[in-house]
Amino acid sequence: MSELEYKLVVGLEIHVHLATRTKLFCGCELVYGGEANSRVCPVCIGMPGVLPVMNAQAYEFAVLTALALNCKIANFTKWDRKSYYYPDLPKNYQISQYDLPLGEAGYIEIPLETGRTKKIRIIRVHLEEDAGKNTHTLGNFSAVDLNRAGTPLLEIVTEPDMNSPEEVRALAVELQRIVRYLGVSDADMQKGHMRFEPNINLTITKAGSEHKTPIVEVKNLNSFRAVEKSVAFEVQRQLDEFAETGLTMASGNKSTRGWDDENEVTILQREKEEAHDYRYFPDPDLVPVEIDAEWLDEIKLRLCELPIEMQKRFVTEYKLSDYDAGVLTGDRFTAEFFDTAVKAGADAKRVCNLLTQTGMKLANEAGCNVADLGISAEDLSKLAKMTDAGDISATASAAIFEEMVKTKKAPDVIASELNLLQKSDAGELEAVVDEVLAANPDAVADATSGGKKTKKARGFLLGQVMQKTKGQANPKIVSQILDKKLS
Amino acid sequence: MAKKLDESQVRHVAKLARLDLTDDEVARFSGQLSAILGYVEKLNELDTDSVEPLAHCLPIHNIFREDVVTESLDTESALKNAPQRIDSFFKVPKILEDDSGE
Repeated sequence: MSELEYKLVVGLEIHVHLATRTKLFCGCELVYGGEANSRVCPVCIGMPGVLPVMNAQAYEFAVLTALALNCKIANFTKWDRKSYYYPDLPKNYQISQYDLPLGEAGYIEIPLETGRTKKIRIIRVHLEEDAGKNTHTLGNFSAVDLNRAGTPLLEIVTEPDMNSPEEVRALAVELQRIVRYLGVSDADMQKGHMRFEPNINLTITKAGSEHKTPIVEVKNLNSFRAVEKSVAFEVQRQLDEFAETGLTMASGNKSTRGWDDENEVTILQREKEEAHDYRYFPDPDLVPVEIDAEWLDEIKLRLCELPIEMQKRFVTEYKLSDYDAGVLTGDRFTAEFFDTAVKAGADAKRVCNLLTQTGMKLANEAGCNVADLGISAEDLSKLAKMTDAGDISATASAAIFEEMVKTKKAPDVIASELNLLQKSDAGELEAVVDEVLAANPDAVADATSGGKKTKKARGFLLGQVMQKTKGQANPKIVSQILDKKLS
Repeated sequence: MAKKLDESQVRHVAKLARLDLTDDEVARFSGQLSAILGYVEKLNELDTDSVEPLAHCLPIHNIFREDVVTESLDTESALKNAPQRIDSFFKVPKILEDDSGE
């Protein structure tokens, strides 16, 4: 196939489970796993004559997320019924927001590998209820569990502003980071808390004119890997298809495909986009929602510094690399723990190294976050300061960190208990150096000879000083003194 | 006067409602539904240009509940009306195309 010039165009539709305790319109508890149909009630299994009542927490979580996505918040919204017949939706309609979504016209800033960022526009954010879960078993039937039916689901729709599989993945990861920072979702991919549906096509330039390939929607992706790989697969598939058929985008030729994770290919599900006839109409069981300025201000107070802002601040203010800043802002607790330690006066790079090289390893072993290791940000700060002041060596700082986690003692206490404090007093060390030099005239001669033996002899003298001080001399200071004396 | 609802539209609506109609029924309902639409069409005589669409017939808003767990049905009760079950699942005809969560 000849090389065609093309541009990838992707928009995303994302569904996020909100971390409320109960469902959107009834008090059934949201529990992952558990016996099928054990968290259901007349409301969520669609018995006639029941009355759904809105969960205030879900609405506030949704507005909080929309605010973080820089959306305009509607001061008036209502609930609509979206009709469709599937056994996992026993009412035969889904309660959703049709023409009045709670948030519109926002954007999300995503980090790119080069350390730059890109703004992806958000069309709308709205709240709806999730359906139950169909299990396709062997045999000519499906098994339905309605525990999930009625789970608050936030739908986020972006403009087609992404132009590479990596950008699509970056958006997915960034959104996970945001909802976790806000505390509105556990965003656990394994539990299906986030589902992605990219709309993908190409603009191909051939013989000076542009051709748009038919749009493909890939349904229900639930891992970052699948998001990235499915988009990359579609690029090649659509290029091949265009080369073969020359087919371009036209009304009604949008198709739906599924992702086969094992073979890493997309599979055709629906050839032609059926004109969906959802017959939306306002739900008479639910009254509208109005948000006044006071309520909105109250929700705004719950916003936090967004991860991308924090990442950028760590780079500009603390001079960290974008990579380090990205690692530290992976979750809010680590980021804030780090930030507090630095604000307590320690060097940012030192704290960063302590956390990423020792802290995260210990946290991993303990199965918790670095902020939950039982040490305070102030003690971490002190440990970093001791290391930078030369009171302890970098090697000792790791050992002390481990001991702090184990014993919950302060770093200076541990350092003196374990005899890890270094002597950095120049006057005191100079006396020891003088003693060593006086006792080893041969080595001194070699060290000042400028010949082959210089380096070795210097190392020997340094070793003697360390021995005399039982390893507690700060080797950097000793080295400086030796330099001065031997020059 | 209202346009007559043709038979293909009746078949479409029947399909959306998962109703299986005979040809006789399609013919009969097409006439009946056209008559109903014609009757309702009378409302089009009203000038509603300056009237805001109504979202709800009651002049109230913001009815919420706290995010507090209430008791669910026990699984046996939940499944009591199900024509068929398997273990504690509802058993339904095989779903070929899974559009859940759409």
